[in-house]
Amino acid sequence: MAVEHGESPTEYIAHHLTHLKVGSGFWTWHIDTLFMSALLAFAVSFILWFSARRANSNAAPTGLVAFVEFIYDWVDRQVADIYPGDRRFMTALALTLFSWVVAMNTMDLLPVDLPGHFASVFGAKFWRVLPTADLNGTIAEAIVVLAMVLIFSVRAKGIGGYLHEWAAAPFGIWLLPFNIILNLIELLAKPVSLGMRLYGNMYAGELLFILIALLGFAVTGLTFWSGVAFLAQIVFGAGWAIFHILIVLLQAYIFMVLPIVYISMAEEHH
Amino acid sequence: MDINATFIGQIVVFLIMLWFIAKVVVPMIAKPINERYAKIADGLAAADAGQKQLQEAGASAEQLMREARERARQVEEQAHRRSIETLEAAKQAAQSEGARLLAAAQVEVGNESIRASEQLRREFGTLVVQAASQLVEHEVNPATHAKLLERLTDDIARG
Repeated sequence: MAVEHGESPTEYIAHHLTHLKVGSGFWTWHIDTLFMSALLAFAVSFILWFSARRANSNAAPTGLVAFVEFIYDWVDRQVADIYPGDRRFMTALALTLFSWVVAMNTMDLLPVDLPGHFASVFGAKFWRVLPTADLNGTIAEAIVVLAMVLIFSVRAKGIGGYLHEWAAAPFGIWLLPFNIILNLIELLAKPVSLGMRLYGNMYAGELLFILIALLGFAVTGLTFWSGVAFLAQIVFGAGWAIFHILIVLLQAYIFMVLPIVYISMAEEHH
Repeated sequence: MDINATFIGQIVVFLIMLWFIAKVVVPMIAKPINERYAKIADGLAAADAGQKQLQEAGASAEQLMREARERARQVEEQAHRRSIETLEAAKQAAQSEGARLLAAAQVEVGNESIRASEQLRREFGTLVVQAASQLVEHEVNPATHAKLLERLTDDIARG
């Protein structure tokens, strides 16, 4: 790939890892993350809604409708395996997480320089296209999951029951401080690891694509080593992209299943 | 890895999408799918019931066939027996009729021979009277002796 605006490799990497942002301090907003995630959320919601509207019990589904029905049915079965009881909301949560995260992760498969170039047409100096490689993106979802774990715990056990569990489990009421510390760790470890896992995987994937793209710096003309670098970039880039399809889907699957597991665990009585 | 206000925006985006999927999309898509599942289950149940009915019908048809065959066998047997009986009865009737006819014929023959011998005697009597009247010539007047002659003839006829 051609060198961008005469950047050094370090500058190239740094450029690719910089968000388009406004504001300062805590009140900084990553425009690219917000825009991409909102756009993809809208696109995914629209496709699901568009297909759901055409779903008809009297005819065999075809094309996109069949695909969406298949996804829904598969997600619903995954949820049914994990979550006992009325799972309508859980299926909606899982479907939302899975379809949205797949869409966001898939952005990683776009050529690394393409979104930036495209955004620069609109005057954006930076553009990170992958919202799941932004910790803000994945942590936000993890926070919602954490909130749901709390809500479903209280709904299943009542406030008193839930507080009693904090105080008395797992060591009994006499070791109350340890119980609270352990429960706090247990409560926070789940969503933090959930958010960090997705972020880490996608960030690493993105970084590797950028590093592979650096091979383009070695293409300087019609020389032997330029040819090798060019070929290597194509081979490694294609190989990693193909392997990354697996990661995209696998991480989305994990991100769909774990919240359901957490919530179903939260509803269990100790 | 800088945490900033972006995550608040992300939460909002997530919640809006979740609300839309949960309230609009999932009910829309779950209804036809569940209806289709119900339909398939109904269809399978109907097929099972049909299969069962078919089996039952087959069994009852076989039973009917067996009964019919048994009935036919009975009827055949009865007819056979009846025909033998009828034949036997006819044979018996014919024999007794034959015997009766034979007896009647014998009686007739007896009567006939009695009548014939009576006739012969009468004719013989007449001949005797004629012969006697020729012998005695005009002595015997048929008109005066008719009575005598008739008694004579009767005597001869009676044996």
